[in-house]
Amino acid sequence: MEGLPHQIVAGIATGGIYASVALALVMIYQATHHVNFAQGEMATFSTYIALTLIQAGLPYWVAFVVTVAVSFVIGVVVERVLLRPMHDAPVLAHVGIFIGLLLVISNLSGWIFDYTVKAFPTPFDTGAPMLGGLVSGHELGSTAVTLAVLTLVYLFFRHTSLGLAMRAAAYNPVSARLVGIRVGWMLALGWGLAAAIGAVAGIMVAPVVFLEPNMMLGILLYAFAGALLGGIDNPAGAVAGGFAVGIIENIGGAYLVGTELKLTLALAIIIAVLLFKPSGLFGRVVVSRV
Amino acid sequence: MAALLEAEGLTAGYGATAVLHGLDFAVEERGVTALLGANGAGKTTTLRAVSGMVRTGGSIRFAGERLDGLATEEIARRGVAHVPDGRGTFMELTVEENMRLGAYTRSDRAEVEADFERVFGYFPRLRQRFRQQAGTLSGGEQQMLAISRALLLRPRLLLLDEPSFGLAPLVVQEIFAIMRRIREEQGVGILLVEQNASLALDFADRAYLLETGRIVVSGPAADIRQDESVRRSYLGY
Repeated sequence: MEGLPHQIVAGIATGGIYASVALALVMIYQATHHVNFAQGEMATFSTYIALTLIQAGLPYWVAFVVTVAVSFVIGVVVERVLLRPMHDAPVLAHVGIFIGLLLVISNLSGWIFDYTVKAFPTPFDTGAPMLGGLVSGHELGSTAVTLAVLTLVYLFFRHTSLGLAMRAAAYNPVSARLVGIRVGWMLALGWGLAAAIGAVAGIMVAPVVFLEPNMMLGILLYAFAGALLGGIDNPAGAVAGGFAVGIIENIGGAYLVGTELKLTLALAIIIAVLLFKPSGLFGRVVVSRV
Repeated sequence: MAALLEAEGLTAGYGATAVLHGLDFAVEERGVTALLGANGAGKTTTLRAVSGMVRTGGSIRFAGERLDGLATEEIARRGVAHVPDGRGTFMELTVEENMRLGAYTRSDRAEVEADFERVFGYFPRLRQRFRQQAGTLSGGEQQMLAISRALLLRPRLLLLDEPSFGLAPLVVQEIFAIMRRIREEQGVGILLVEQNASLALDFADRAYLLETGRIVVSGPAADIRQDESVRRSYLGY
């Protein structure tokens, strides 16, 4: 098992991607109690925007920042236009909207940017392995970027008054309105933030898995498994769960089930969590009296 | 003097069920108006109607401006602070965060810090509990936190929904004593809903008695307190 350290490090790198997408899922779940199945497709679309900008000649990091900003706006618009009128609708109507959104955005990606698999550039040195050959330059760089994003999100929610207002709106929308918080806009901001985080994840994972319209499908499944594992109502737990799933996936893929069956691990985790610990490892157990 | 809050023909309901059937009432500038009545009379709904939390008809004027039809958050931003039934504590957040949220709409940072000190003057216990999760507070402390959160909005009108609910008599005494101070020092008008009629009539200068969504008695609190027949038939003491 001399490859084990490498599998773990590689697991942390992909885990960072899952953690980001898991965080995006949890942010929307906390505020609305819905899982946005289209989160991955929105991230893929963002990644196409980044590629287009880079091919148009923009420097990588400029394209990165512009893409994240544009994705934020797209997230806000999707919430305002599609979800806002639905906010009193039953759960199934939301599921319908999310699946519809998933299909529409996926096909939109294929229609605008075509369905061929595309290589995506990385700003990090891929040639030279780092840390004694343990990790590639891209793995190290993308881990650093995802960790930076997660830290920024944490600081935003902990230490800014807007972050506090967004948390308040998610926990207790009625009281939030009574102190003058525009709860509807907080939801839209949450969508924007989730889309922006997803965009970063998409850009960071595209050099590894290559860009095509369904790029994020498997990743969303792993991220969902991570979110459930950590606790779907706990952002920090979801991030930890995302990293854990990344490591489990890599080790399991290498020694247990082989690369072809890796995705079933996500399903196994989802089922195991729902069966044995539905609130996740760090989630709150909500008991309601009837 | 024009009233701070004036409702005319106020109706409200949930879904197809009408709960209020045309109320006329007022709160004077710096005055205390009490809404009394049995369970289900529509007291809480009246406060919710003022805050835009239920569908309403008729008109509500606040400082000369129409409130009806506005969203709850916009009404709060105009200076109406509502301490709801159940106190509306953000249980997952700390006492400090709860208080910061009260001042969320304000940009006068120095004044907000001064108001924090003022509120600690009323409720010293909140200073001790400052970093604690609000869900761990006792009922009385949560009520103090709810009033503090409302005061930090720097409201012109305070809506209080049963501040005595579920609290020990001594704690209720303490809270009402502080509310008297708040009323004198903060220059705020108060619309008070209260089950404990004798407590409310001592505190208020005007009172309205609600029965199944209609006002059946209204007048100066002192007169209602002295009216034996009203007391016996409606207030039960």
